[in-house]
Amino acid sequence: MIEAKGLTKHYGSKLAVDQLSFSVRPGVVTGFLGPNGSGKSTTMRMIMGLDAPNAGDVTVNGRHYHDLPWPLHEVGALLEAKAIHPGRSARAHLRMLAEANRIPIRRIDEVLGIVGLSAVAGQRAGKFSLGMSQRLGIAATLLGDPEVMLFDEPVNGLDPDGIRWVRNLLKGLAREGRTVFVSSHLMSEMALTADEVVIIGRGRLIAQIPIDELLAQSSQRYVRVRSPEIMRLKAALEHAGAKTVLDEDGSLSVRGADEIAIGELAASIPVVLHELAPQSASLEEAFMELTEDSIEYHGELTTGSVVSREAAR
Amino acid sequence: MSTSAIPTAVGPAKVLPRGRYRTSDLLRSEWTKIRSLRSTTWTLGVTVLLGIGISALATAETRAHWSSTQVSSFDPTATSLIGLFFGQLTIGVLGVLVMSGEYGSGTIRATFAAASRRPLVLLAKTLVFGVVALVVAEVVAFSSFLLGQALLSAPAFHATLSSPGALRAVAGGGLYLCLIGLFALGLATIIRHTAGSISAFLGILLLGPVVIRALPTSLANETEMFMPDHIGAAVVSLHMGQETLPPWIGLLVLFGYAVVLLVIGGVLLVRRDA
Repeated sequence: MIEAKGLTKHYGSKLAVDQLSFSVRPGVVTGFLGPNGSGKSTTMRMIMGLDAPNAGDVTVNGRHYHDLPWPLHEVGALLEAKAIHPGRSARAHLRMLAEANRIPIRRIDEVLGIVGLSAVAGQRAGKFSLGMSQRLGIAATLLGDPEVMLFDEPVNGLDPDGIRWVRNLLKGLAREGRTVFVSSHLMSEMALTADEVVIIGRGRLIAQIPIDELLAQSSQRYVRVRSPEIMRLKAALEHAGAKTVLDEDGSLSVRGADEIAIGELAASIPVVLHELAPQSASLEEAFMELTEDSIEYHGELTTGSVVSREAAR
Repeated sequence: MSTSAIPTAVGPAKVLPRGRYRTSDLLRSEWTKIRSLRSTTWTLGVTVLLGIGISALATAETRAHWSSTQVSSFDPTATSLIGLFFGQLTIGVLGVLVMSGEYGSGTIRATFAAASRRPLVLLAKTLVFGVVALVVAEVVAFSSFLLGQALLSAPAFHATLSSPGALRAVAGGGLYLCLIGLFALGLATIIRHTAGSISAFLGILLLGPVVIRALPTSLANETEMFMPDHIGAAVVSLHMGQETLPPWIGLLVLFGYAVVLLVIGGVLLVRRDA
């Protein structure tokens, strides 16, 4: 269990995290989502007691990180993949961590096996690819068999196989009843991994919500309609207050009216329908919608484009 | 938010070791850290080779030109310990790397995640590096002395460990080398960056005396004796100069420098974000 209350951090005059409150419960994978620079890593460092908040409070299992008697037995964290001395072997890196918290030395080979680095355990970490470094970071996270685990962008640098492996690992850890908190700026990845998401933008909480509800609540829900008399239907729908976009393939995306209302309207005109299909927006779109106002570094945002037809799940 | 049938505990309650992690755990961890890096082997190896090698070279050179040596002021002990002043550069670099290497690589965050009581981490690091540095430094000092004295064949006269002041000069010389290493560790704890710390270390050690000599003479004479290199020279030399600190006082002053730097570093370590 991780609980943050009013967590605030500024660097100089720049506000990195702004009165952030959320809770991460055991047994599920909780995604921590936000655009780059939105304060995810800063928040994770504050949970780990590495950065001190300017205001507010965060506890792990009801205690401040500094008060944990055996930190690695209770909390594991992958903060940056490359946070390993390039001259040290994978085994030595894990060994120095194990010794600091009296973790049995045999556990080192266990976790190296779990992440698939046994064969290169004696090699210097400087020679590792980003993917291998990620795996070593994950091994360090598992080392103390902790109940609470934090992963900052764990799939960075992994190939599709590695990504699937991390996804299953995270889900498995949550299934064992652990608290799993994983940050990402990729909504699509979270859609496949997380049960619940904490969404932040510019250091502020935007929403803490189960993934399903996020999709359901999104105003991007729309209905796809096909009809031989599509323009007549379009006019009628707009007259009734719905918003419509005519796609290139001739189908109509309708917002502001559900499939029942559209069907009844079509029958009353009457207009023949060839398709009447409710769509849920992709998580990516829901995310974009939620964070639109809070993206730190704006690129050219394309607006009014055709809504993607593919739901993320 | 639905909180339906989700298990909330990891099987049977996890058994933690008793009490809390201690300095002894961190000592083990720091010992693993220091011996798992090649840079340690390299810097210590070079310290030994440079220290003993230059001492032997300088002593052999003196012996070869014995006729032109000022016999009355010849100090066989100090001559054979010259190499220590080259070894201090590499041991200082190791002192810097032991700390700055963690910041440079980001390992410091893993270290502090495992042990959030940062002053204890610094204490363990200081003890482990201090002991390693002391052992290596004494090896260099005693080897240099014994090798040097063996090279000083007649007509040159030589000293033995039982000569008055010789043991003090040799053991003190090794201690001096170790304290220089801790001095560098303290600097790196404050500065954190490798390049900056090494620059500061070399600046104080090598440029400090030059700057002081540019001061008005009376002021220069009074401050020069407090410079690390001057303290070191006084420790290995049997002839007490006028404007120098007595050897043990000098070592105590140098120890004081290292402690002050390490304490400032420790305070900053707690205050600053990792």
